[in-house]
Amino acid sequence: MFAADLLVAQNIAFYVIAAMMVFGAIKVVTVKNMVHAALWLVIVFAGMAAQFILLAAEFIAITQVLVYIGAIIVLFLFGIMLTRAPMGRSNELDNGRVAKLVAVVVGAVLAVVLGFALWDGFGDDQFNELTVQRTAEVSDSIFSTYLVPFEVVSVLLLGALIGAIVLARRD
Amino acid sequence: MLINQFLFLGAILFCVGVYGVLARRNGVLVLMSIELILNSVNINLIAFGQLHQNVAGQVFALFIIAIAAAEVGVGLAIVMMLYRNRRSIDIDDVDLMKG
Repeated sequence: MFAADLLVAQNIAFYVIAAMMVFGAIKVVTVKNMVHAALWLVIVFAGMAAQFILLAAEFIAITQVLVYIGAIIVLFLFGIMLTRAPMGRSNELDNGRVAKLVAVVVGAVLAVVLGFALWDGFGDDQFNELTVQRTAEVSDSIFSTYLVPFEVVSVLLLGALIGAIVLARRD
Repeated sequence: MLINQFLFLGAILFCVGVYGVLARRNGVLVLMSIELILNSVNINLIAFGQLHQNVAGQVFALFIIAIAAAEVGVGLAIVMMLYRNRRSIDIDDVDLMKG
């Protein structure tokens, strides 16, 4: 009884958040104001963090909020302001009509192919039960099984940092 | 809950991101669409990790988040260089490779 009620609540939460995310994503790629696009992106990222909570992946949800909403959006806003982008509405942000049509066709074909593949592959597969994967298990896995990839990612981040400084530096 | 709920959400966000990359002309907005694509992949990894009761999904999602952060840093540095050299960040103007 309790589990069934919880399932209904989870489903309602999923669909509400998913609708919000899809609406926000469409706004990100169509809106005429760059700052608004960055702020709609916050909606999508926050919704994604909520979906991670629904999937019982709490550490990833927190990381999503910290890294995406905290760091990447701020970086985007800095990028918008440092390139002196038009602050109001602008018609210069999109490609022409033909390119938009091509983009719609590519997106729609991709959606149909992906949708068919997913429907064909997973149909009505249910989650058995949502169990919380604890942060301790995640960190144990990172620092034992995936230690080498973790170090490679660290070096990559260092390389990206130095590369970004070299690129953006005035000489 | 069906696993396809989450997979379809990821697929829709992916397609919206692809549309954004193709339809936008401004460099920063193209980078935003790429973030949308990268983020939509994470939900698939987490959903499969939950389906198979395997922690690897979360580990790989963390790696993707780290890669996305590095990508947006370097990408914005490139956009800044473009702006400094050409006073515009329209990626249609970057056509030196065209014969």
